[in-house]
Amino acid sequence: MKMTYADAAKLALAECMRADPTVWAVGEDLGRGGVFQQYKGLCEEFGPDRISDAPISEAAIMGAAFGAAMVGTRPVVEMRFADFALCATDELVNQIAKARFMFGGQSRAPMVIRKPMGMWRSSAAQHSQSLESWYVHIPGLVVCCPATPQDNYSMLKAAIECDDPVVYLEHKDIWALEGEVDTSQSYEFGKAVTRQKGDALTLVSWSHTCNIALDAVQDTDIEVIDLRSLWPWDKETVINSVQRTSRLLIAHESVQVGGFGAEVAATVAEKVACKVKRLGAPRSLIAYAPNLENQLRITGDMIADAAKEMML
Amino acid sequence: MTAANYDTARGLALLTMMERIRAFEEQAELAATRDQLVLGAIHLSIGQEAIPAGIMPHLKKTDLILSTHRGHGHTLAKGADPTAMMEELLGRDGGCCGGKGGSMHIADFGVGMLGANGVVGANIHIGAGAAHGAKMLGDGRIVVDFFGDGAINRGPFLEGLNWAGVFDLPILFVCEDNQYSASTKTSDMMSGEGAAARARSIGIKTHEIDGNDVEAVYDLAAEITARIRETGKPEFLHAKTYRLHGHTYFDPAAYRPEGEAAERWANDDPIQRQRDALANAGVGDAQIKEAKQAADAEMIAALAAATAAPWPADNTVYDDVQDIGSPVQEAF
Ligand SMILES: Cc1ncc(C[n+]2csc(CCOP(=O)(O)OP(=O)(O)O)c2C)c(N)n1
Ligand SMILES: [Mg+2]
Repeated sequence: MKMTYADAAKLALAECMRADPTVWAVGEDLGRGGVFQQYKGLCEEFGPDRISDAPISEAAIMGAAFGAAMVGTRPVVEMRFADFALCATDELVNQIAKARFMFGGQSRAPMVIRKPMGMWRSSAAQHSQSLESWYVHIPGLVVCCPATPQDNYSMLKAAIECDDPVVYLEHKDIWALEGEVDTSQSYEFGKAVTRQKGDALTLVSWSHTCNIALDAVQDTDIEVIDLRSLWPWDKETVINSVQRTSRLLIAHESVQVGGFGAEVAATVAEKVACKVKRLGAPRSLIAYAPNLENQLRITGDMIADAAKEMML
Repeated sequence: MTAANYDTARGLALLTMMERIRAFEEQAELAATRDQLVLGAIHLSIGQEAIPAGIMPHLKKTDLILSTHRGHGHTLAKGADPTAMMEELLGRDGGCCGGKGGSMHIADFGVGMLGANGVVGANIHIGAGAAHGAKMLGDGRIVVDFFGDGAINRGPFLEGLNWAGVFDLPILFVCEDNQYSASTKTSDMMSGEGAAARARSIGIKTHEIDGNDVEAVYDLAAEITARIRETGKPEFLHAKTYRLHGHTYFDPAAYRPEGEAAERWANDDPIQRQRDALANAGVGDAQIKEAKQAADAEMIAALAAATAAPWPADNTVYDDVQDIGSPVQEAF
C-alpha cells in the first residue's frame, strides 16, 4: 500500500485505538487533525474524548497524560513541535522517565510522546531543532527516529504497544513523503535496517538525514544503515558492518557537538580499528533566511564528499 | 459521660490517625538525628496532621492520592504500612520502593498512593491526569492531590487546575498552607490573595478551612468528596496550617519570628486541640492517652524492624529502568 509518512502514522494510531480502548491521543488542535494533519479524520471515528484537544499547556499535556498512564490508560501525547516539548521537560525527564524506577517498580508509564522535529522551511531557531541526543541520555526513555512511511507505521505501532515511555521523533520535512507500507511488518526496538548493502564504507544515519544520505550514495559500494531507534540502538549491526568496511561515517542533522554520532563513533572505535568521521550541524542556531539556514544543513553533497574522502 | 451528639468513636479515630502520623515522624526524626540512619533529607509534617487525618477516611482504598516532599502523613493515612515506609526512609530492602526512592519518592500504589514528589508542584497536573484516566476508564475512582502553599507559584498549579476544570475531572486539590516555602515566608513571594483566590479565578469550587481542626476538616471533606463522586467535578480546599518543625529535620527554622512556633505549639497543635476536644466531650483521660501510647509502640516497632532490615541487593539498581534496552553497561 502506498502512503505518506503522515498517513502511515495515522493508520498505526487508528489500528491501535481500534484494538485497545485505553489508547487515546491528546494535544493541541488534534480535533481538527493536528498541525500537520497527521490526525485528520481520527476525531470523527474515535470522538473528542479519545482524540482530545488540549489547552496550550505543554506541561499539563505531558503531566496529565502521565497521570492517566499511571492509572491504566495508554496516552499518545502530541507536542506539536519538538521545541515546545521543552516546556514539559520536568514532566518527561523527572517524572515519566523515573517513575517506574523511583517507585520500585510499582508503576509504569506506557505512553508515546510524539515530537515533530527538524528543519523544514524558514522556521528559525524555535521551530526547527533536532534534540534526539538529549533523550538518549535519560535512562527510562526509549527514543525513536523513523525515516520512512513504513517505519512510521511499524515503529509507532510498536511504540504504542510498548510499556515504556517512548520519545517518538517524527521529522516534519517528510510528512508528505510517499512510500510502500506493508502492514504485516512489525518493528523490533533496537533493530537497525540496512538500506543499502556495500563493503567499502559504513554510513550510519537516522531520521530524514538517512534518506538524504541514501540518495547521495545510491549505487555505490557504501553500506547505509538506518538506526531507527537511538535507544536502544543496534550496535551489533553497525559493528559487524564496520568490521567488514573498516570505515565509519555518521551523518545527522542535529548539532555535532555532543550529538549521538559521537556515541556511535566511540562505541565502534572501542571495538573495531577503523577510520571514523562525523557529519553533524555546526554548533550555531538555526536561522530564518534560507541561505543562512542552508549553512547548517547536512546535504547529500557533503555526505558523498565525506565518503569519497574517507575511501581515498 | 460524653456530650450529647458527639461521635466519640469518630473523634478517637481521628486522634488515633494523627497520633500515628506524629509518632511515625518522631521516630523518623530519631532515626535521622539519634541513629544517623536516614540517608537523605526528610520533611516532617508535624503540626499538619489534621489534614490527611480528616480527609482520608472519606476515600476508598482504590481512590487515589498524590503528595509532595512532605508526604509521610498522606501515605500513612491512605493505608500504607509504616514498617515499609520506615524501611524506605532508611533505604532498605522491603521499603515501599525497594529503597530506591526514599522519603521524597515514597509511594504505595497498592493503597492508591501514587507517589510523593521531589519537584515542588509537579504532582498537581499529574494528579489531574490521574483523574482524567480514572474518568476515562469509568471506574469511579476519585483523586485527592496535596501540595504546599509554595507550589501555587509554579506553572503546574495553573495548568493543572485549568485542566481539571476544562475536562470536568473528579479531583480534590488540597493546598496545605503552612505559610512557608522552605525558608521563605510565602506571602513575601506571592502576588494577590493566594491559593483560594487563584483557584476561584479558574472557576473551581473552592473552600477555605482551619486545617488544624481535624473534626472540621473531616466534615468538610465528607461533603466535598461526596459531591465530587456525584458531579465528577473538581474542587479546591485551601487548608490553613502551620509547620511546627523546620523545613527539613536539620533546619532550625531560625528565619521565623521569635516566639511564633512556640505560640503555635501552645495554642494550635492539632493533636492537642483534638485531645482537648475529646476531654471536653467527656472522653476519659486514659482513652485519650492510649491513642498516643499505641501509636508510639507501633512506630518504635516499625523503626526497629527497619533498622534490622538488609540493604537492597546491588543489582536491583538495574531493575525497573525500562523493558526495552538494557541499562547494564557493557564490559569490554
Ligand atoms: C521545582 C522545585 N523548586 C525548588 C525545590 C526546593 N524545595 C523543596 S520544598 C520547597 C518549599 C516548598 O514549599 P511548599 O510548597 O509551601 O511546601 P512545604 O515545604 O511548605 O510543605 C522548596 C523550595 C524543589 N524541590 N522543586
Ligand atoms: Mg509551605
